[in-house]
Amino acid sequence: MKVFTANRLSDGTVVYIGEGETWVETLDAARTVTDAEGEAALDAIAKAAVKARLVVGAYAMPVTVEDGAIRPDSVRERIRAAGPSNRTDLGKQAETGR
Amino acid sequence: MYRYDEFDQTAVNERVAQFKGQVDRRLKGLMTEEQFKPLRLMNGLYLQLHAYMLRVAIPYGTLSSAQMRMLAHIARKYDKGYGHFTTRQNIQYNWPRLVDTPAILADLAKVQMHGIQTSGNCIRNVTSDPFAGAAADEVEDPRPWCEIIRQWSTFHPEFSYLPRKFKIAVVASERDRAAIKLHDIGIRVVKNAAGETGFEFWIGGGMGRTPIIAKMIKDFVPKADLLDYATACLRVYNALGRRDNIYKARIKILVHEMGLDKFAEAVEEEFARSRGTVKLPEAEIARIQAYFAPPAFADRPARSTVFEAKQFEDRAFRDFVRTNVRAHKAPGHAIVSISLKANGIAPGDATADQMDIVADLAARYSHDEIRVTHEQNLVLPHVALDDVHDVWTVLKSSGLGTANIGLVSDIICCPGLDYCDLANARAIPVAEAIQRRFADLERQHAIGDLKIKMSGCINACGHHHVGHIGILGVDKHGQELYQLQLGGSGAEDASLGKITGAGFPPDRIVDAVETVVETYLGLRTGDDESFLACYRRVGMAPFKAALYEAR
Repeated sequence: MKVFTANRLSDGTVVYIGEGETWVETLDAARTVTDAEGEAALDAIAKAAVKARLVVGAYAMPVTVEDGAIRPDSVRERIRAAGPSNRTDLGKQAETGR
Repeated sequence: MYRYDEFDQTAVNERVAQFKGQVDRRLKGLMTEEQFKPLRLMNGLYLQLHAYMLRVAIPYGTLSSAQMRMLAHIARKYDKGYGHFTTRQNIQYNWPRLVDTPAILADLAKVQMHGIQTSGNCIRNVTSDPFAGAAADEVEDPRPWCEIIRQWSTFHPEFSYLPRKFKIAVVASERDRAAIKLHDIGIRVVKNAAGETGFEFWIGGGMGRTPIIAKMIKDFVPKADLLDYATACLRVYNALGRRDNIYKARIKILVHEMGLDKFAEAVEEEFARSRGTVKLPEAEIARIQAYFAPPAFADRPARSTVFEAKQFEDRAFRDFVRTNVRAHKAPGHAIVSISLKANGIAPGDATADQMDIVADLAARYSHDEIRVTHEQNLVLPHVALDDVHDVWTVLKSSGLGTANIGLVSDIICCPGLDYCDLANARAIPVAEAIQRRFADLERQHAIGDLKIKMSGCINACGHHHVGHIGILGVDKHGQELYQLQLGGSGAEDASLGKITGAGFPPDRIVDAVETVVETYLGLRTGDDESFLACYRRVGMAPFKAALYEAR
């Protein structure tokens, strides 16, 4: 299972492809895909967003769904999704309370 | 301190205007990220895990109060209220927005600062002894030479696209407080038998994935030849350094592969050919040196009864003096180090309020001067002994009074996977866990001098190769794992640490560090045998046995 992520060009914020062609700031709202066809669709959205200067450095990242919540497989992506692990008052974890 | 002349200020102002145009064009779609990236990097703007990161140059680690206040202002206005002082004596902001960076650079330019030479394959921001101009043991202030190197290297057309980045550090003492032997070029200011100033040149040092201690290439370069000789070194590297493999592109690999003798021969040949091209005129040296004339220190007796009485009365102050206060060249003065390693704070982090407090203290007590150390602390270089207790009182009330300089909790640590795009493992939480384990200051003092240095990847920003205890975070099958190294030193007795053996998972690395420390305490001949001296005497075996045999 995968989610597409990037950093927003204007401020660098971590974003994910959500429903439709939107980019969302929380992993919870990200769209997951499980097959090559779904991944290709997100890849096309990502490429268009890079071209449209919405985001930079888009890529697919492996995730799993646990108890209904999307959880990145890698430590790196878990930190990107939450914020610095030494500063829970910063990043998305501070905004979402998770 | 050096103050910009019209050329410096114009160059920096023009750069701000250029960068503003580049950001505008990027946002309007007139430039791709591939085109924009090298331009933003030339101004210290990286894209990291959570956001952009702006690295601001602090040439040779010297700041005025006004500059520190501006750093605080930027942290407050454009970032999240703090900054991170780095092992390159710079400061990094972790959360700036791209759209704000032209305004940040414009604010920095007002106090003669910028992000130039903090990225890219150029000669990077020159570093130096944080005690420069104050240390009792220095031959002379090394910073005029740093400033001369800065002026020569900034926008140097020939050396803007080197095979790889190039770092120069300068010291002027026997004691090396700038790790010169771990630099591409390390320079030690010396005097010859005739009392003339010159330079010991060390070449080809560095850390990263292939750590190498620099070799002395010349024991005395006359001062007029400083830039000519450096040019010759750079020119040989620029011509022969590898550009086909990023991991073999640093000068250390070239010197290692050619051998010092052959490399030195090539440098001598170039030096003979081009000597005189950038000869330093005496008048110009004197002009730059005048900027660094010592402050007008008041005539004070060598001893201060206030200072001594306060130590007698207050044990916490005595502890602070023991670790954070060092001898000054002017009688009745001291060098005061400010630890950015309080428990629970990422090593090197300071809040905007703390920066302002340090700026105020510098203005009032330290002739307006502040230094940043490569060990991620700050320094008030010129404090009267009579004032040290007052300074400490303010520091203590601001979370800046930790008495741990050089002790086990004074850890160097890179941002690691909590912030950095290159990292493989976290570093800050491990540093904080070690600090918690050794929180008892009495125990820290009993352990004595012990430098722990940690990096979250092989690039070694956290100098793990030269930690008395070094820790390298790696990624093993998606899990963080920490390798332990012992016996490194970045000082004048430079050495590279050796790996103890198999790495430790996050929940065992702090125990492993404690095992090493306890083993040392059991082995040392007395309180005055430091960890490093003990390790060098007994070797790896007893530490290895303690770490692995009980497993």
